[in-house]
Parts: sequence; structure tokens; C-alpha cells
Amino acid sequence: MTSMTDPRDESFRLSMLIYDTRYRAATIQVIALISFLILIGWIISNTAQNLKDLGKEPSFSFLFEPAGYDINQRLIDYHSQSPHLRAALVGLLNTLLIAVMGCAAATIVGVLVGVLRLSRNWLVAKIMTFYVEMFRNVPVLLWIVLFMAILIESLPSPRDFRGETPEATMQVFDSVAITNRGVYIPEPLFSRSLGDLHMFGNGALSFDISLDFLAVIAVLVAGFFVSGRIKSRADAIQNKTGVRPTTWYLRLGVVVIPLVVLLVALGFHLGYPALKGFNFQGGTYMRNSLIALWLALSLYTAAFIAEIVRGGILAISHGQTEAAAALGLRQRRIMSLVILPQALRVIIPPLISQYLNLTKNSSLAIAVGYMDLTGTLMGITLNQTGRELETVMMGMLIYLAISLSISLVMNWYNKRVKLVER
Amino acid sequence: MSDTHAQTVRFVRDTMLPEQAPPATAVGVIGWLRANLFSGWFNSILTIIALGFIYLVLSIVVPWLVSPTWDAASLTECRGILKEMGSEGHFGGACWGVIRDRWVQLLFGFYPSHLYWRPILALVLLAVALAPVLFGEHVPKRLIWFSAIYPFIMPWLLWGGSVWTPIMVAAGLAVGYVAYRLIAVTGGTLLALVAGVVAAMVWWLFLLGPVSGGFDSIIPLGLEGVESRDFGGFMLSLTIGIVAIAISLPLGIVLALGRQSDLLILKSICVGFIEFIRGVPLITLLFVASTLLNIFMPPGTNFDIILRVIIMATLFASAYMAEVIRGGLAALPRGQYEGADSLGLNYWQAQRLIIMPQALKISIPGIVSTFIGLFKDTTLVSIIGLLDPLGLSTAIRADSAWNGIVWELYGFIALLFFICCFSMSRYSMYLERKLRTGHR
Repeated sequence: MTSMTDPRDESFRLSMLIYDTRYRAATIQVIALISFLILIGWIISNTAQNLKDLGKEPSFSFLFEPAGYDINQRLIDYHSQSPHLRAALVGLLNTLLIAVMGCAAATIVGVLVGVLRLSRNWLVAKIMTFYVEMFRNVPVLLWIVLFMAILIESLPSPRDFRGETPEATMQVFDSVAITNRGVYIPEPLFSRSLGDLHMFGNGALSFDISLDFLAVIAVLVAGFFVSGRIKSRADAIQNKTGVRPTTWYLRLGVVVIPLVVLLVALGFHLGYPALKGFNFQGGTYMRNSLIALWLALSLYTAAFIAEIVRGGILAISHGQTEAAAALGLRQRRIMSLVILPQALRVIIPPLISQYLNLTKNSSLAIAVGYMDLTGTLMGITLNQTGRELETVMMGMLIYLAISLSISLVMNWYNKRVKLVER
Repeated sequence: MSDTHAQTVRFVRDTMLPEQAPPATAVGVIGWLRANLFSGWFNSILTIIALGFIYLVLSIVVPWLVSPTWDAASLTECRGILKEMGSEGHFGGACWGVIRDRWVQLLFGFYPSHLYWRPILALVLLAVALAPVLFGEHVPKRLIWFSAIYPFIMPWLLWGGSVWTPIMVAAGLAVGYVAYRLIAVTGGTLLALVAGVVAAMVWWLFLLGPVSGGFDSIIPLGLEGVESRDFGGFMLSLTIGIVAIAISLPLGIVLALGRQSDLLILKSICVGFIEFIRGVPLITLLFVASTLLNIFMPPGTNFDIILRVIIMATLFASAYMAEVIRGGLAALPRGQYEGADSLGLNYWQAQRLIIMPQALKISIPGIVSTFIGLFKDTTLVSIIGLLDPLGLSTAIRADSAWNGIVWELYGFIALLFFICCFSMSRYSMYLERKLRTGHR
């Protein structure tokens, strides 16, 4: 009987690679790896052969040749003799600009609509449902080109602002000009400016940062930090004595007063746009393409965010509201102290993916001629240099890097607000 | 003792009062209005603002919609008609002439007009083929066989050509199956599987062309061929969307299983693929389709732009699908896997009988929203120059007769997409309700 429990002869046979579960996993993996490498190798050798036939050996030297095209919406200095690399950088900054603007607007609209969809007012809830369904079920590209077409077709041209009795007038105390070429808004100017900080020397990637801007940010951050300290001190006093000291004027003061002092010291004033000749001069100029893209992307994404917010609020059990009410909290405090902090945990992960989607969708800018990364690097640079492999690969890698860093930052934040479970 | 109560209290009611109707302000229309529209001053103000807003929108939209410009041949003619009626300006009235003039083009692109019956038939047959999948209990079971052969019928109907090509493509499956059965008798299932795949591949890559050509020369039977560049309009969106959706689901399941597996190398390949595809915008993948895909292939290969776009759209959708299905797999309790193991099922049996039916059910809402997203994203092909409805709308707006038209054209296209996407999302809700067999 012992022979039955004796280990069998363990001499290795080739068939064990397939039939023995101990080795089968390794076999499959090795086969998979080899076929994957063969596939990659096949693609690379094809590519090398094809590029050789076309006479285009891969090289990135084109990035340092003059671009030769103009970019009309830009955040940093650029002219048509700047290298392609700088054009790509301008495009990248434009992508980031629209992404930040879009995420901010989409969050505000989305949260508002999401909360209103839960309103007890039937009419308001239905209007918001209509908005959400309308935007969610129509392609975002259609919204972008539609908004662009509306802006071009229905707004007055700068010519209409001229003459004794102009057909169009400027809005908001004569400070904002809305035309079919774009919107001109007042720009912040400093008469006693601190100058600029030059970064990265004079190369293709150099850019200037306004020191005034940095100073304003620094003062704001410091103000909010002190304000936060005042709040935690008030909390400590309230915990000890039960009486909360009145701090709102202190907290407002430490933020506002230094800021006002700084702005006065720097000689802050607004530069208004003014009609000169056939067009407006001065002020910050936002092109139609930027505005159309911004409106379309943020309204489209807001519809999704609204659903996420609504789902998050509905996910909190009603007992939480009732318990908070039983503690004597008012409606608004129930929302801010009990419901929202819990709903946020449900809301944030899908919200991150909406931000990512918005950033990726911003590449549709090419449809309305907004010069983002797709428009510069993968658009005109590709067409002018004919380097499709290098430009498209670079573009994809940059987008990948943006996406991965957004999700890293957001996941870190998500981890912080996540419920700590035992 | 019972009379003590009667002595302390003058009156004791011994019968129930008849029920009274609730006050008129709490029921019916008035009650509903009070509860939903005018509960408190804040809600009342909101209601009034909302009513004002609705009135404002309707007062602009309704007169604009009702506009007798159906027969106009150009925008100027439209404006003339509207001017005679005394309404001018941006919202004077719609110019429906453009829809009458171009709706066929918006639906079919430049597909030869005498062959319109083919895409229409393909669409009708699609509905028939989908019926057993979507509404299983309401249609005969045998219809599922038609669903199985539909993937071979549809390309043939759309692109035309010899009838032997789709038949021979389908025969490849049979060849693979025969090879599988032959080897399975002697060499075990894994080897048989490999042999089956290899046999089918050899058939498709090397034997398909000569064999179907041979059959075609004996019995020439086929439809008039249509070039891919003639495809356009909503038909193109539907073609790309449906094909990519149909292929991306199985691909997504495979990728999700790969990502969940314990095999490190397989897992990292899957994770790398999924994260790469999800990290880049679809438009960059379409650039790859339009500029790079031919470079990646052996010299001399030159295949159709629509096919290339479908390949990239499929890869794109399958990465998203994989993540949705992974969510479904992760939501399954561990006990389901252990239960399957304890029944002695092997990996594929467990997946097929226990895991996938439940995981797919959980992920239905996500799968449908991926479908909807992909279908909406088919409009991006207009950027690389294909003539989907949006691409055509640019051409129409550049036409001198319709230069300056905005709302009518985009509204029409938006309506087409809205109908498709909205019905898909409603269907997913229906399915969720139907499949909710859980313990809630």
C-alpha cells in the first residue's frame, strides 16, 4: 500500500511543460512573451524598412528648425522663426490652459446642476434633466463646432462697433468687447512692475514668469495659511470652552489687506480694450476658438459631472440626514458637515476620470483651429516636416504623461479623503 | 369597573368617524402643485424663474421651428421667404430647405443612390440579428443562428463584391474547428487549440484569395462593389460604431482576464496596453490610423482607411471595455471563484459558467456607456477627412447656397445621434431592471 503514496518518479519530460500545472503557467508566459517580442520586432523592422524606402530615417533634428508658422493664441513669446519645439511647447501650454479652464467651469456647473436635479422643485429638476440628457447624448465634437459656428455667425464683427451710432456696443461698463473674432476682456497691468523671471536661458524652451504674478500668489497663499491658523485656534478655543470667538473679520482681513497693499504698491490697474482702426487693441484677447472649445467642453463634461454628483449624494443613506437633523443641525449645515464630506468619497474617483476625459477631449481643438498640442505638433508641424512617426509618437507620449500625472495627483488626493476603515 | 371611566369623562366615542376627503389643497392637481412647485417661498420663486425661462426659450424656438421654408433651394431664398413673412434676424426662422436638399447625403454620404437598399437592408437585418441578443425571451430561439452569420453578411452587403469571399471567410472557422477536432483526438486540447488557430490563420492569409477567386470564376455571383471612399454620412458612423463595438467586447473581456490573471508577463502586457490606450486621446490614435498604420505594416501593404479607422477605434474601445469588465470581475465576491474551484471546474469552465455571466451582468451599465461613448466618438473621423455627418456638414456649409447655415444642420445631426444614444441608455436601464435577480 505504501507504493501508492510514494512520490512518483520526478524525471522531467517535455510534455510536462503543457500538462503539468506547475510548469504550464511558465510555458504560456514564455510563449506569450516570445510572440509579443516577435510582434514588436516585426512592426519595428517593417517601420525601419518603410522609412528607409521613403528616405526618412527617424531623427528629431527637425524640432530645432524654424517652424515658419504663426500661432495666434499663446501664453509665451513665439514668432514664426521659433523652432518647432517651441511651437510644441506653446501648444502644450494651450492644452493645459483649456484643460484647467474647462475643469474649473465644468466642476462649478456640474455640481450646481447635479444638486438642482435633486431639487424638490419638479420644474427645476426636469429642466436640469433635459440639460443633462441633451448634452450627454450628442457628440462633444458636434457641440464644439456648433458653438464655434454660433460665435462666428451671430456675434457682431469689430466693424459694427465703429461710427457715431454703432450697431454693437461693449458690455459690462464698456470693458468687455464681444466680437465674432473673439472676446476682449480687461487685462491686469502693473505700473511699478517687478519684472520677469527668465527661465531656462534663451533656448527653445525658455519662458518668462511675471514676478508680480508670483508675488500676488505668494501673498494669497500666506494669507490663506494665516487664516487657516486662526480657524484652528478658534476651533481649539471652542473645544475647550464651548464658545466660538468671532473670527470672520480677522480671517477676511489677513487675506484681503496684504493683497490690497501689494496691489497698490505694484500700481495695479486694468488695461481696457479699445477700438483702433479695424480691430480692438489692448486687453486680454480670447479667440473664438478658445471660447467655443471652453464652453463646449465644460458644458459637455458638466453634464457627466452632474450625474456623478447626483449619484454621490443619493448614495448617502437617508438616515444620515435624519440623524443630523436629530442633532439639531440646520439644513445647510447638514449638507456641508454631514452629506457632502461623505458624498465626496463617492464622487471623487469618477470625477478624476471626467477631468482626464476633458483633457483628452481638448485635443478636438484641431476642429476649430485652436492651436493646442494636436494642432501644433501633430498638425502643422507634421504637415510641414512630414515626420509623422516622430511627431505622433511625441504627441502621444506627452498626452500619456499629462494623463498619468493628473491621475497620480488625483489618486493621492483620493487617498487622503478616503474613509479609513478598520 | 368599566363605568368609572364613564363617570370621569362626559363623552366616550364608541364608533369611528367616517373618513373625510383630504383637503382640496392636498390632493389632485392643486396638491401636486403645492407639493412640487410652491412648497415655500424659495421654491415658488424658483418655479416662477423656471417658468419664465421656459417661456423665453419656447417663444424663440417654436416660431423658429415653424417656418415654411421646406422648398427653398438656398439660404438667400429662405431669407427672402422669411422677410416676406416679416420675421428677420438670427432667430427669424429656420431654413429647412437645407435638410430637404441634403438629408439623403447626410444619411448615406456618396454611396451610389441605386444601391441605397443595401445599407438599409443591412440595418434591418442588424435589428433582426440583435433581437435574440437584446430581447431573448420575446423571439424564437433559432434566430440566434442568424445572429451568428450576420457578421459575414453585413460587410458583403455594404462593400459588395463576390459572394464567395464572406463564405470562404466563414469557412476559415470551419477549417479551424476541423483541425481542432482532429488534433484533439491524439494530442490534447491545448495543442489542438493552437493547431486550430494556426489552420484558420493559414486559411485566411494564404488560401482565402485563390479559393474564393476560383469559385468566383466558376460561379460568378456577387453584388456590385462599392469603394470605401464613397461611404459617408450617418451610415459611416453606424458602420464604424457597430463593427468596433461588436469586436471590442470580446477583446475587452480577454484584456480584462489578462489583467486579472496571475501570469506576470501576460498581466503586464495587458496593463501596459490598457493604460497606454486610455492615456491618449482617440484623435491621436486616428492620426496613427491615417498616417502610421501603413508604415507599421510590411512594405507594399495598403489597406483601406475605413478599415484602419475601425481597427484603431476597436483597440480604443476594447481598452475601456476591459476596465469596465475588470470592475465587474472585482465586484464579484471571492466565494464565487472558490465555489467554482471546489466544484472542480477548470479556469475556462469557471469563467464561462460562473464568473463571466455574473461579472458581465454587473458591468452592463458601464458596457453600454462605453458603447455610447464610442458611437459618439465616431464623429472624430471627420477630423482625418472621412465624410461622416460632421465632415459633410463642413462641406455643406462651404457650399455657396448654404453658406451661413448653423442650427438646422447641426440640429439635424444632433437629433440623429441623440435618438441612437438616448435609446441605448434607456435600453441599458431596462436591461438592468430585467437582470436584477439579486437579493435586494
